[in-house]
Amino acid sequence: MTWETIIGLEVHTQLSTCSKIFSGAPTEYGAEPNTQADAVSIALPGVLPVLNKGAVERAIRFGLAIGAHIAPRSVFARKNYFYPDLPKGYQISQFDLPVVGMGALKIQVEPLSGSSNGPGKTYEKVVRITRAHLEEDAGKSVHGASQGMTGVDLNRAGTPLLEIVSEPDMRSAAEAVAYAKALHTLVRWIGISDGNMQEGSFRCDVNVSVRHKGEPLGTRREIKNLNSFKFMQQAIDYEVQWQIDTIESGGKIQQATVLFNPDTGETRAMRSKEEAHDYRYFPDPDLLPLDISEEWKEQMRATLPELPEARHTRYMDQYTLTAYDASMLTSSRDMADFFDTCVSVAGPANAKLAANWIIGEVSAQLNRDGLEITQCPVSPLQLSSMLIRIADNTISNSGAKEVFRTLWSEGGDADVIIEAKGLRQVSDTGAIEALVDGIIAANADKVAEYRAGKDKLFGFFVGLAMKASKGKANPGQLNEVLQKKLAG
Amino acid sequence: MLNSSLKQMSAALRAKKISSVELTNLYLGRIAAHNPVYNAYITTDAAISLAQAKAADELLAKGQAQPLTGIPVAQKDIFCAKGWRTTCGSKMLSDFIAPYDAHVIEQFNHAGAVNLGKTNMDEFAMGSSNETSYFGPVRNPWNQNSVPGGSSGGAASAVAARLCAAATGTDTGGSIRQPAALCGITGIKPTYGTVSRYGMIAFASSLDQAGPMARSAEDCALMLNVMTGFDERDSTSLPREKEDYARDLNLPLAGLRIGLPKEFFAEGLSPDVAARVEDAIAEYRKLGAVTVDISLPNSRLAVPVYYVLAPAEASSNLSRYDGVRYGYRAPEYTDLADMYEKSRAQGFGAEVKRRIMIGTYVLSHGYYDAYYLQAQKIRRLIAQDFADAFKQCDVIMGPTSPSTAFRLGEKNDDPVQMYLSDIYTIAVNLAGLPGMSVPCGFDSNGMPAGLQIIGNYFEEARMLNIAHQYQLATDWHSRSPVKETP
Repeated sequence: MTWETIIGLEVHTQLSTCSKIFSGAPTEYGAEPNTQADAVSIALPGVLPVLNKGAVERAIRFGLAIGAHIAPRSVFARKNYFYPDLPKGYQISQFDLPVVGMGALKIQVEPLSGSSNGPGKTYEKVVRITRAHLEEDAGKSVHGASQGMTGVDLNRAGTPLLEIVSEPDMRSAAEAVAYAKALHTLVRWIGISDGNMQEGSFRCDVNVSVRHKGEPLGTRREIKNLNSFKFMQQAIDYEVQWQIDTIESGGKIQQATVLFNPDTGETRAMRSKEEAHDYRYFPDPDLLPLDISEEWKEQMRATLPELPEARHTRYMDQYTLTAYDASMLTSSRDMADFFDTCVSVAGPANAKLAANWIIGEVSAQLNRDGLEITQCPVSPLQLSSMLIRIADNTISNSGAKEVFRTLWSEGGDADVIIEAKGLRQVSDTGAIEALVDGIIAANADKVAEYRAGKDKLFGFFVGLAMKASKGKANPGQLNEVLQKKLAG
Repeated sequence: MLNSSLKQMSAALRAKKISSVELTNLYLGRIAAHNPVYNAYITTDAAISLAQAKAADELLAKGQAQPLTGIPVAQKDIFCAKGWRTTCGSKMLSDFIAPYDAHVIEQFNHAGAVNLGKTNMDEFAMGSSNETSYFGPVRNPWNQNSVPGGSSGGAASAVAARLCAAATGTDTGGSIRQPAALCGITGIKPTYGTVSRYGMIAFASSLDQAGPMARSAEDCALMLNVMTGFDERDSTSLPREKEDYARDLNLPLAGLRIGLPKEFFAEGLSPDVAARVEDAIAEYRKLGAVTVDISLPNSRLAVPVYYVLAPAEASSNLSRYDGVRYGYRAPEYTDLADMYEKSRAQGFGAEVKRRIMIGTYVLSHGYYDAYYLQAQKIRRLIAQDFADAFKQCDVIMGPTSPSTAFRLGEKNDDPVQMYLSDIYTIAVNLAGLPGMSVPCGFDSNGMPAGLQIIGNYFEEARMLNIAHQYQLATDWHSRSPVKETP
């Protein structure tokens, strides 16, 4: 019998507001401990929360981007528990009435090599998003901060988060990673989060269970706080195998929260369900219900850019790019914008050429130098001028590579580089014919052999002709002329 | 001077008959002499008070005085005041120096008033006798063996004993009105959202509302003018224009329709108080008012509903007192959980712990629907009762509290009897309506009784007008327990 993996994700994404969700304290990352903790962050007696409108706007934009229902009225609730980095003794969150209701995200699943579902072909899938709600982040406990004592840093306390909860729609680590990546792309694409995973701006909790196909859902365990896609894949792979092994050896899965240890590649339970809290949720009486008018919603809709899914479709339909190319180009809004600018300069007919260069040479160089597409030394305009010269046969592919290297390291203009380096290929038919005539005359014996049926010699003539032209002959034209003249 | 109205005091200050420093010293002297008996203040700081008085005198000299400039006002110890110890009547905050000003404190500072000190109160405003204070009970100036009421017992006692010109209080279930009634002074709790709760230490956020406690309706109007106003730091603060609550004080009462809820004159009301309230109603008839019999059928549920909702909110509001960042921390503990448990067990008094436990219980999984949700539904019904009543009358009147001041310790062993002390005031908080208490005579033991006036939303100016006209016709409000000359 085959095992089936069931995965759902809860993602906490930090919203890119300058100030906290319920106070004016700054949210910047990396400040000295407690320098960004104002009276509200510390929860002094008598302080009150005031909702940051910017956080709500980002939630609305997210909801619209996944085609979700935006609640005309949602409610903030208190989640009560004691912990030193939770200054009020409760977290303000949303419970029964979240701001964003059911929506969906279309993802392109690229099978991961060595992962649970093995290699295969890229396919499309729709993951349903149950809800997304606004809440505040907690502070940070710094264990062993000084002489066996735990320090509490409340800089992060009150940072706005959008918790995005998916349905258990994913069936493999590859699908979970594809969903997380698509979500990560989307939140940055629409500008609601910087998505910085190292700084904790995008944290994933993964619920995993296994079952035999067709049977009811198994008991799930939740892997907490994964902050890289690589760890997510490793953690899920390990967890799935652990659950299968446990059941096959006669054990039962207990509902639990587990942590992934990147050093060992293992997951380990941190608390079981029996120790679970009763959070005593109730509506926060310090905050009014959050009312979102149709008008506000439409204002937010007007601020949304063309979304990754729409661009993906457009690239395939309009430029007949492959799904793979379209996915690569829409992996970030900056990348897609770079491509769009190239196409607008070089023309739609050169879209495929632009895609090949951006996904190929440009991405490779960026990776090598550790740069983002926005930091690319070759501007879309510079790249497009070069692409035009490839398309109109002014330069060959190998010539283009040299132009690109020069643009990357020295900058400048493609046409100037082509002239300066003498990279213009010879496309003058008369000149090529003269050149070919000379070679045929000087190599009568080889010509005879070729004409007698030794086809392999064609390459030999091409080599000679290229050498004679100092590499500048247009290869296509040269082939054509050679074939004609050798045929006699 | 001690029996002068705020208006008269202000005129004397402007006329340079007395300086604010002199007036402040007068009260500080009285506090030094009498507070050991009444225990109305938890904290005084002569240096700060006199510095404020001096600054007020400068404003007066420059002719830049506002109505309360230079007037010494006592602040309930529930308001954070920068540089002042702010205890909320609790051991938990017995060493807490507030680093910021509550909105109410800011408003008094802007008005040039003098902060005379922080008044005693039931711990975290939970109590009706001021006996739950960590700093000891407050005594009633009319009889030192009686309670002043609570939770704003220190404020009521200080106003009655002439230990301040006027005071602030807060009212979650009657904490301004009940002590005002028991100490024979005037107090008003305005419409919920009228006074900002910013910097006012929370007990039950959806019910807490601050208001003035003074010797007359006119004084209350001047105090309310300072205290109210929109504050964006409190999301429940109402964005309304500032109004002058004294504007209608002198309107005649002819044709006023007074609703008398039958539930407020039923079993449980002491005959003495009933008689005094009926006398007051008779006085109003003389002033041209008519009475209408009304009913508030769900008001009998107000006390049980309140003792679900207020503890629920309190249990969460008081979670921040965990010994981690400020406030009391147990001197010895073994680990984090032990630190929490010991700090909270030692830092909170019995009544606070009782309410935290009740609140935690009613919010617990499996009980939430039966208690909290059910109580919220009834809360709406109670508000609807008032809405229906106000179709038939302009204001509602009745007793503030079922009895006059009881003896210290008398109800300590029976929390339910203590809770019933607020049986007529609690429904007003649940509905968010304005309510006030006006002195209306004395019982056979010479203890004051209070008439409660309940208005529709934002009807404070009219209520003050109604109270003021009564105070022009009677002198109950100007009777003083203070026998000695200043």
